[in-house]
Amino acid sequence: MNWAYFWSLFSISLHAMVPITLTAVGEVIGETAGLFNIGLEGILLVSAFTGTLGARAGGPVLGLLIGLLTGLGVGVIFGIICAYWKGSQMIAGVGINLFALGFVAFGLQVLGSPGFYTVPRAVQLPPIRTSVGSFSPVIPLALLLPFLIHWVLNHTRVGLRIKAVGENPEAADVAGIPVELTQLLSTAAGAALAGLAGAYMSVSWLGSVTKEISAGRGFIALATVVFSGLRPLLALAGGLIFGFFESLATWIQSLPGVKETVPWQFISMIPYVATLLVVAGVIGRVRFPKALGVPYRRE
Amino acid sequence: MSWIWRGLRPILESVLAGVIGLGVGALIMRAWGYRPWPAYVALFKESFGSGYGLASALANATPLILTALTFAAGARAGLFIIGAEGMMYMGAMAAVALSLLQLPSGLHAFAALLCAAAAGILWGFIPAVLRAYRGVHEVISTIMFNWLSHFLSFYLVANVLVDPIRAEKTLSIAKTSRLPLLIRGTDLSLGIVVAAGLALLFYAFFWHTVAGYEVRGAGANPHAARYGGVSPQRTVLLVFALGGAAAGLAGAVEVMGRPPTYAVYSGLTNLAGFGFDGIGVAMIGRIHPLGIIPAAIFYGGLQAGARLMQMEAGVPFEMVRAVQGVIVLALALPELTRIFKVFLQSLRRKGAHA
Repeated sequence: MNWAYFWSLFSISLHAMVPITLTAVGEVIGETAGLFNIGLEGILLVSAFTGTLGARAGGPVLGLLIGLLTGLGVGVIFGIICAYWKGSQMIAGVGINLFALGFVAFGLQVLGSPGFYTVPRAVQLPPIRTSVGSFSPVIPLALLLPFLIHWVLNHTRVGLRIKAVGENPEAADVAGIPVELTQLLSTAAGAALAGLAGAYMSVSWLGSVTKEISAGRGFIALATVVFSGLRPLLALAGGLIFGFFESLATWIQSLPGVKETVPWQFISMIPYVATLLVVAGVIGRVRFPKALGVPYRRE
Repeated sequence: MSWIWRGLRPILESVLAGVIGLGVGALIMRAWGYRPWPAYVALFKESFGSGYGLASALANATPLILTALTFAAGARAGLFIIGAEGMMYMGAMAAVALSLLQLPSGLHAFAALLCAAAAGILWGFIPAVLRAYRGVHEVISTIMFNWLSHFLSFYLVANVLVDPIRAEKTLSIAKTSRLPLLIRGTDLSLGIVVAAGLALLFYAFFWHTVAGYEVRGAGANPHAARYGGVSPQRTVLLVFALGGAAAGLAGAVEVMGRPPTYAVYSGLTNLAGFGFDGIGVAMIGRIHPLGIIPAAIFYGGLQAGARLMQMEAGVPFEMVRAVQGVIVLALALPELTRIFKVFLQSLRRKGAHA
């Protein structure tokens, strides 16, 4: 056991933290405005795929951008269905997830590689090389964004409006805040971050796309939002915690002697068990917006 | 007239959503340079145009009816149980494990089905308790349990139940534990009777017993139900158990009734997806046990036809799952019938003028 082992744990944690943190702080915005999107898993999956297409066409930055725009597009559809047309948020979210499963499997077939596609190294986002290892440039973004969103939600008029819409849409409506538009923009902004997270996974972090690339991270992000109680900085903390558990699973398997004694399948369960324990532990002390999940209809 | 509309409305909505789904599917095919019309012709000709195709549609519908019942049972109580996938794996594992025993024909299959149902119930137990007593949202807990089931099944397939001769699959189901085929030369087994029978039982329970009425009441109005003395905890545990049993059976009938191998493949390739497809089927069937049967046959037919579509038109068969996702998105809209009503009224008005 030497220092390098612990350093690799830290490095994988930082990389694994990014998709969960970005997705979770995005969902914090949406849920603050009162929309609950369980389609995040699907958004991660679709934009991991479209991000790859973008990177193939015009390089890694375009890939990330296409991923972001994919998330934005899905978020706008979700927002129109749920904010304007008062559709069921749960059902719409499930629809997104099912669509994503089929669409990405279909797309990978069309790319000529059923189930698995390796992003060419030339169009992967080049990591920042430092003397202590190389890191994805998206990591600092994921570390800073929660602070920005914290500031917007708590210290600006826009943030106040988003909160008003989620807490008491009638009152917000009477005060002249466009309820539906605010909800649409909030959930779409959140979905765009999930889209960026998806593209990060394929174009920067893992360098490949599979049908299972999202691996439950969308739902782990939902659990992170529950853990955070809709506070962006706690969502960052949650992202770090869950990123740590995820990398712990990878890391333990790399230790000498472990592979022979413990089946890898049981080690891979760690992040999911951790999520269950954390959520079961914190529930009850967090408070959510009153109108979360309830479509607003003007009387 | 209004009672006719009330009965017809959900059917119309599902049909309309189906048309929207196929339409978006056509757009995606076009975007990728395929020709949608021949693809859909191949799809429907295969699935509903021949006796063999219909038998395949029914065979594919079998596990979907059961996993859809899981989602429907939860939804009727106001819960969003998306854990059928993991429960189904456990049911399949239990069915395979029971083939390690030697039992007389008939009794063996019955015992395997019972154990599979029990395995499904067991897999839903912790999420049910977390929901009932800790308020942990079932969407998060059941998805986490799906992943735990995924890895546990990977382990069981590769290490415990593995076929010593062919390492890429589990042991095959014992001959005494197989579900007999209804039509020789097809995949259609007695499993469809099990699935449809359970759907009828669910219908009888939810619509013709006091306990079922209470569950639906708790889903429609939890506060009123609580004032009426219905325990919310009991309701949660009950629908999780019902759903777990159905999903466990889904995995079992699939391995016990699907020739030629009667086994689970490594990577769970011949099981993966039934649980999630069941959610879509339940939605298309309007979370009604009797609506689920035709919805499952429709979706099973799409799956059967999609194989031919891939061969004839070159369109990857995964397309149909994307179509299903769009159908579900369309069904999220409460306004769907209103749009349709306005459309009908405009037709009627035109008729009056003529």
